[in-house]
Amino acid sequence: MATFEETGPRTPVTISSRVDKVSPRARLTSNVRALLVLAAALIGLIPVLVMGATAFKSRSDVVSVPPKVVFSPTMEGFVFLLTERSQLTPSALAAQQANPEDLSLFDRIALQNGQRINGPSDFVMRLRNSLIIAGGSTIASVVLGLLAAYAFSRFKVPGKDDLLFFILSTRMLPAVVVAVPLFLMFRQLGLHDTHLGMIILYTVFNLSLTVWLLKGFIDEIPKEYEEAALVDGYTRFQAFYKIVLPQAATGIAATTVFSLIFAWNEYALALMLTSQKARTAPPAIATMLGRGGIEWSAIAAGTLAFLIPVVIVTFALRRHLLRGVTFGAIRQ
Amino acid sequence: MATIELQQVEKRFGDFQAVKPMNLTIHDGEFVVLLGPSGCGKTTTLRMISGLESVTTGDIYLDGRQVTWLHPSDRDIAFVFQFFALYPHMTAGQNIAFPLQAEGASRDQVRQRVDEVVRLLRIDHLLEMRPNKLSGGDKQRVALARALVRRPAAFLMDEPLGALDAEFRESMRAEIKKLHLDQHATTVYVTHDQVEAMAMGDRIVIMSNAEIQQVGTPAEVYYDPTNLFVARFVGSPGMNLVSGRLAGDRVRLPAGNALPLPADQAGALADGLGRDADVVVGFRPESAAINEDGALQGTVYASEHHGAYTMLHVSLNEHDLVHIRSSRLGRYAIDAPVRFDLEPAMIRFFDPQSEKAVQGNAHP
Repeated sequence: MATFEETGPRTPVTISSRVDKVSPRARLTSNVRALLVLAAALIGLIPVLVMGATAFKSRSDVVSVPPKVVFSPTMEGFVFLLTERSQLTPSALAAQQANPEDLSLFDRIALQNGQRINGPSDFVMRLRNSLIIAGGSTIASVVLGLLAAYAFSRFKVPGKDDLLFFILSTRMLPAVVVAVPLFLMFRQLGLHDTHLGMIILYTVFNLSLTVWLLKGFIDEIPKEYEEAALVDGYTRFQAFYKIVLPQAATGIAATTVFSLIFAWNEYALALMLTSQKARTAPPAIATMLGRGGIEWSAIAAGTLAFLIPVVIVTFALRRHLLRGVTFGAIRQ
Repeated sequence: MATIELQQVEKRFGDFQAVKPMNLTIHDGEFVVLLGPSGCGKTTTLRMISGLESVTTGDIYLDGRQVTWLHPSDRDIAFVFQFFALYPHMTAGQNIAFPLQAEGASRDQVRQRVDEVVRLLRIDHLLEMRPNKLSGGDKQRVALARALVRRPAAFLMDEPLGALDAEFRESMRAEIKKLHLDQHATTVYVTHDQVEAMAMGDRIVIMSNAEIQQVGTPAEVYYDPTNLFVARFVGSPGMNLVSGRLAGDRVRLPAGNALPLPADQAGALADGLGRDADVVVGFRPESAAINEDGALQGTVYASEHHGAYTMLHVSLNEHDLVHIRSSRLGRYAIDAPVRFDLEPAMIRFFDPQSEKAVQGNAHP
């Protein structure tokens, strides 16, 4: 029988421009590979899927053995997570159940467990703190990082290399090592358990990353563009925001996501430097484990709610990210 | 429109002297080309005029106004870059309008002025396109439009054709020259291409080693180079330069050749250099003529057929090779002996020590 190499393909080749990718064996290998990658991706996604499912399970479904794959979804976990409730006496319960049309969705779910909603839980505030602190520090570190990166990229800064290394070196100590001195300093300065303190802290931590990342991106923008703007009648700062900023959009997007993810997920420092007022979501989720019985569905709901903002931002900036995370390797 | 005056302008980068103190006056409406090999300081000079680079010492005047320490945006000059520097995130039309927006021009004014230059450069079909969709020639047209739209006092162009393909380069060369004739705008044009310089410049400033070698019209720098560098650099190929020695009424050249001199010229050379002095004889390829009874002889080293003419490479001996442009299109056998004459009025003499042109040159 004639081999593929002798006869060639029977139909016109449109799948690939590479000769070594056309033979049946090569196509089989690539299909097997694709399947393996898919399988690995699915295995990697299992914890996320389990978490997503758990968030919508009722109390009894969560702990059932074997785990239920098919279940009737409920918002119970979210209700437990987001509200403070109190147990109702049988008479009050009956009174409430008498006119259910007055009740909101959350109230009705609480009622099924014989509970009444008194108000929003602490976790709502934790999420809000996370948003303020992560958002504020991300904006601050990207803006400051941009200005510093531009200066390092374009101007003769005395001791530039040393300064850049110094900035990078702030990233070399693990957070836990500096936590205790930071705790003492924050207490002296009245920054302990404040939003401002946490914003400053995360900004400082992120600055080394943003300066270095953004400097790389700005280095790749030819300086002729700004020079053209300068002779076209613009000041240096106008040239910066009219010409450099739009072209650095990709780099800014990538840097924003990186800083946001760090500030959003940071756990150790938040645990030690906040207690009540400025406590963020990550330590709050962890402490939920310790209160009374373990509300797995509430924890899963909290984690899910916690994932959403980062997913939204990453998704919104995805067009820039693909080019951004390759650090300019595929320009031109 | 404006005059540009450089007085003792110097640029040092640390210990490196990029431009030695130089004086230069560019007249109103003049097209001046700064010509020189890369690294000779021509671009630095242009950038100092624009204000993109500060001077180390010296003064720059634009139309009599001291501008040495003015911000580039306050000098009323336009700059055309080698790699166009069109803002990639704007369309061609937005690029052209950008300088006007800096002045705070009204929408109508912007539209009217953009229309004007767009018609002048015939690029109206490109306005909606992004720079990365344009060909090299069109990019440079848009860049020129962006420079023109503001009606600046002077244009500075840094190798604007350097990044173009050969086919675009010639047509753009003519276009820029025509634009200059229409507008009569003072233009300083930097290039390393001497053909471009000869074709476009009213005057050429030849630079090498961070200093001016010669300033003159294309004809002056071509026929009367002031030193050996200019003689070699201008022309393609450059001037033929052969070392010889004065001997009475002739110059002795390699391989037993001798160049007879008119008595007054021989006298002038002897006065300038001294009797029996070494001298470099220079002549252009077209100032030599193949002639069976010629006074000089060599052997054919190579012969290049250029269509309209033949360029003969003739070796006098192992070291001395001269180019002779012959309008005869016949074939020349390699290594065949060949005799030629030089047109006496077109011969130039240089002092091998100082490398400068010597008095006693006859003038055409």
